[in-house]
Amino acid sequence: MMTETPENRIQEWRAAILRAPAVDAGDADELEAHLREQIDDLKATGLTDDEAFLVAVKRLGEVDVVTAEFAREHSDRLWKQLAMSREADGAGGSVVAMLAFAVLTGVLIQVGRLLADAWGGSETWFVRDASLFVLPVLAGYLAFVRRMPLKPVLVLAGVVLVLAVAVNVFPFESGGSTDALVAIHLPVVLWFVVGIAYVGGEVRSSARRMDAVRFTGEWVIYYTLIALGGAVLIGLTALVLSPIAPDAIDQVMLWVIPSGAAGATVVAAWLVEEKKSVIENLAPVLTAIFTPLFAVMLLVSAIGYLAVGIGLDFNRDLLTVFDALLLVVVGLVVYGISARNAGPRSSLMDVLRLVAVIAAIVLDVLVLASMLARVGELGFTPNRVAALGLNIVLLVNLAVTAWLIAGVLAGKAPALRVERWQTGYLPVFGAWALAVALVLPPVFGFT
Amino acid sequence: MNIDKDLVAAMATPLVLAILLEDRSYGYAILKRVRELSAGDVEWTDGMLYPLLHRLERLGYIRAEWGASSEGRRRRYYEITNAGRTQLAEQRKQWEAATRTLGGLWGLTTVPVAGA
Repeated sequence: MMTETPENRIQEWRAAILRAPAVDAGDADELEAHLREQIDDLKATGLTDDEAFLVAVKRLGEVDVVTAEFAREHSDRLWKQLAMSREADGAGGSVVAMLAFAVLTGVLIQVGRLLADAWGGSETWFVRDASLFVLPVLAGYLAFVRRMPLKPVLVLAGVVLVLAVAVNVFPFESGGSTDALVAIHLPVVLWFVVGIAYVGGEVRSSARRMDAVRFTGEWVIYYTLIALGGAVLIGLTALVLSPIAPDAIDQVMLWVIPSGAAGATVVAAWLVEEKKSVIENLAPVLTAIFTPLFAVMLLVSAIGYLAVGIGLDFNRDLLTVFDALLLVVVGLVVYGISARNAGPRSSLMDVLRLVAVIAAIVLDVLVLASMLARVGELGFTPNRVAALGLNIVLLVNLAVTAWLIAGVLAGKAPALRVERWQTGYLPVFGAWALAVALVLPPVFGFT
Repeated sequence: MNIDKDLVAAMATPLVLAILLEDRSYGYAILKRVRELSAGDVEWTDGMLYPLLHRLERLGYIRAEWGASSEGRRRRYYEITNAGRTQLAEQRKQWEAATRTLGGLWGLTTVPVAGA
């Protein structure tokens, strides 16, 4: 049996330090030498072995805190390792809170699914309302972590309640397109609630809005990573179960997939916060990679469209494709500027951004013009109004963005103006999504 | 009196560089020197010194090499580089400007005003 000699205790302490992935053997040697010298000095003043060891360890600092500091300096040794070293200000409770909220939304989504089954398998109801079982819980988690004051929490809860009641009292025609539009736009509106909870209600501050934008980007990346891992897990589960219980697979999937997807929203949010300080943000890095590629793609497409024209084979869904394209370009601009503070700016990146934005505008105007020319013959439908509205919202954003970036390049406007414009524009996106969710269905008679 | 945590963090780099300007040294001795100089006003979690030293090494302000103590214990010695000296001179100017500014308000300054 091992006795607690001073030597053993030093070895145990060393092992505890080395457990942190950012601490290598050399660091441990250095810290151990420090500890031993401190112990010797303390013993020389008359302390016993035990006392000297305790005081020396205390002076070196808590193992968690010190190793977290090593992790900050040597993040290259971590490479996205997901082992958590606790933050200095006692984030231990955050794991419990995160798990509690993740389980809550996982359970709620199952309750929703079972209710949908019980009421005669109203599939569309469940699809439309699914986000209501998930995103308010995520917003609640963030409000809880931020210790948001009660009043704004109640306001947000009221907004969610109004939305939930409204979309459920609407007498949607089954299979109608307004129903599907609400299913798409409701999560967007709810994401704004999440964003407001993320900034703790400080919606007026441009810097805090930018934080919410950064959070959104990082969250999407983490969620995608979790989803990829989850897909592998699900795939393997199905393969493993198929020889022994092929009939059980569907049931397992029915329980695991919705709950997992819902719970992962909270886990991803927690990861964004937890890993924020250690690992460089990923969204700006991805943006830096894809901005040049999209700039080339957009430029080539714009030249192609100008040369060939789009009279032939005009597809009515083309506008949706261009909405997605403009959304990506706005994303590239926003995440490009979100990284701006990190280091010296490259004006080359601004040029590429400008090329991408202008090419996107040219393309979109071409499509929009041919679309508007045909509205008379095609008529307004809910889908077309939604696509057209979003297109105009994005086009206005990009036109002003192009103007401001050009000003930055000419040295006339500070780069901050682009950021201010983007953060100032966020409510427009929210308002449009809200309008599609609440105004469009009654206007078109819930068809 | 304990100096505020943020202020200690801001002081850390010039403090370590200035100590290493005196002579090459190692972690434990640097901390002893800090305690001695500040008479205990600068409260430092000892372990936090090492990540700082490693950062300064990465930035090229100091150089590290393994040596041994007189009792034959393995020890990592740090030495200031030319880049470190330049950096220290720069930081010193800033600190002097900062203390001059506050000292001017508080009437405490003993730092001579440049050009006066």
